[in-house]
Amino acid sequence: MAAAGALGRIVRLGSSLCRKQRFIFTRSPPGRGIASCVDPAHGLTDEQKEFQEVAFNFAANEMAPNMAEWDQKEIFPVETMRKAAQLGFGGIYVQPDVGGTGLSRLDTSVIFEALSTGCVSTTAYISIHNMCAWMIDTFDLCSMEKFASYCLTEPGSGSDAASLLTTAQLKGDHYILNGSKAFISGGGDTDVYVVMCRTGAKGPKGISCLVIEKGTPGLNFGKKEKKVGWNSQPTRAVILEDCAVPVTNRLGAEGQGFNIAMKGLNGGRINIASCSLGAAHACVQLARDHLLVRKQFGETLSNNQYLQFQLAEMATKLVASRLLVREAATALQGNRPDAVSLCSMAKLFATDECFNICNQALQMHGGYGYLKDYAVQQFVRDIRVHQILEGTNEVMRMIISRNLLTES
Amino acid sequence: MSGRVLVGVKRVIDYAVKIRVKPDNSGVVTDGVKHSMNPFCEIAVEEAVKLKEKKFIKEVVAVSCGPQQAQETIRTALAMGADRGIHVEVTGKDYDTLGPLQVSKIFAALAKKEDAQLLILGKQAIDDDCNQTGQMTAALLDWPQGTFASEVSLEGDKIKVVREIDGGLETIKINTPAVLTADLRLNTPRYATLPNIMKKKIAQVKPADLGVDITSRLEVLRVDEPPQRLAGVTVETVDDLVAKLKESGTI
Repeated sequence: MAAAGALGRIVRLGSSLCRKQRFIFTRSPPGRGIASCVDPAHGLTDEQKEFQEVAFNFAANEMAPNMAEWDQKEIFPVETMRKAAQLGFGGIYVQPDVGGTGLSRLDTSVIFEALSTGCVSTTAYISIHNMCAWMIDTFDLCSMEKFASYCLTEPGSGSDAASLLTTAQLKGDHYILNGSKAFISGGGDTDVYVVMCRTGAKGPKGISCLVIEKGTPGLNFGKKEKKVGWNSQPTRAVILEDCAVPVTNRLGAEGQGFNIAMKGLNGGRINIASCSLGAAHACVQLARDHLLVRKQFGETLSNNQYLQFQLAEMATKLVASRLLVREAATALQGNRPDAVSLCSMAKLFATDECFNICNQALQMHGGYGYLKDYAVQQFVRDIRVHQILEGTNEVMRMIISRNLLTES
Repeated sequence: MSGRVLVGVKRVIDYAVKIRVKPDNSGVVTDGVKHSMNPFCEIAVEEAVKLKEKKFIKEVVAVSCGPQQAQETIRTALAMGADRGIHVEVTGKDYDTLGPLQVSKIFAALAKKEDAQLLILGKQAIDDDCNQTGQMTAALLDWPQGTFASEVSLEGDKIKVVREIDGGLETIKINTPAVLTADLRLNTPRYATLPNIMKKKIAQVKPADLGVDITSRLEVLRVDEPPQRLAGVTVETVDDLVAKLKESGTI
């Protein structure tokens, strides 16, 4: 972070000698400064602005200073996430009667966008945990006493999720599970696994949803995957070998699993898109700061019209993405008929555009952008996967075109 | 003793913002600029909430003087654990000229009205750096003051305050009711929590209701940026250094 600070603006504190221990003075936290066109607080209620402020503060103080270390050392920051949970970030849209914070999808999007400016990978895991907490509503998940993982993808079924092969055979009052899941975020380090498995015939209607606790005999894990980004979360295969799970651990009825999974994913898509928004917001700030400081050809890069225009385009795409994501959140909250399509559109648009924004910001940094001392490359690496998971952007197009072309 | 603590919180330009002087040199640009709670006020709120958690006091009331936006600052204090808020409405020209003397009169009136046992303020605001409000309020109320507090403990109906002074640390014991001003090392403020943010109990009051006259006795003539830092000069020997210092009139 020191290098980003060298380019960042010098923090002004009037003439007082105020120095708070927990603030890092190497850079201006993203989101502070003169209200500009990309300020994510525009259009929010006073209460939402407060939530956003807490999330930005948490991101700047507890996450951003550690983001590079978590990435390089592949640390799963359990303590930091529990601190976040204490502030209410563990079950943001879970009802208060089961320990959640009871906020709306839009509030959630605003919060994840702000947290993401501190560390995309960790925020993305927190959002997956939130999705599981929403699905389960119990198990001490909101306080992050226990952590959760969502297990749908298999080595043989990614986009074609309904073709999953993990079986769950009913034997008395237990299901016996056999099969394996791939690419599970948090796998091996989390305590609770929400597993989609086949209890019935082929296709989506034969799928049920079971909750399995770590330590259950027959629940094993593969090796920790080495990834390009998202390194603060471990990713492992989850292997089920004659794993016995009580029938009482089933969420919903038999055959409802796919439905539950897809419902979870609608919110999950908004959350992931929100994480992309946060990364893009941070990168626009970083690029802007760099342009104001770096000099070539006798003047600062900010005087170069091409770069000015590019920054303008980045800002425009960021705000457009943000509006679409927030609209999708509002639609989901209100159970609107266009909610599913909007969530897909938002995920598709925001993840693609925000990746381009971060990539462009890296380019604007020149050679420095490629160094790991600078945060911009971590944002690029971390959000690249958002175009793939929670439903690839190609699958998003499938969902949207199906909505357009189906005769009603 | 009512067990009530009043905490004054001020809405100032955020510490991380680059300050710009208005083109007409009449002040500093505040429109569209990010504001937040004065960092020393955050420390004051934290101390009050801590005292309540230790059961030394019963109620924390956050007070701010200013336009509608001052309510944001009060809400942050509520989110940190204050029980209720009071917004003293001061707008427009009156707000531009509102200084420590006027604010101390308002706080003194409120402290009497609310029957406060303690008034905790930040030692100074990071916009004007006056470091006067706490002291003036104590004088108006004729209450003892424990300023630049880096440690506060209640012992019966007295307060032990460790003060940070130029010479080091000074420990004093004062009677209540009293005024304290928070210094940097008093505590580390907590984050607001999402559930707390949803609390909203802010009462509104006008200075006239408290019988306070807020006309200013000061007029700001001009605001300028600090002069640009000039390059330094390298000297070879200590004698050269002393000569240069004498030349510039520094010694």
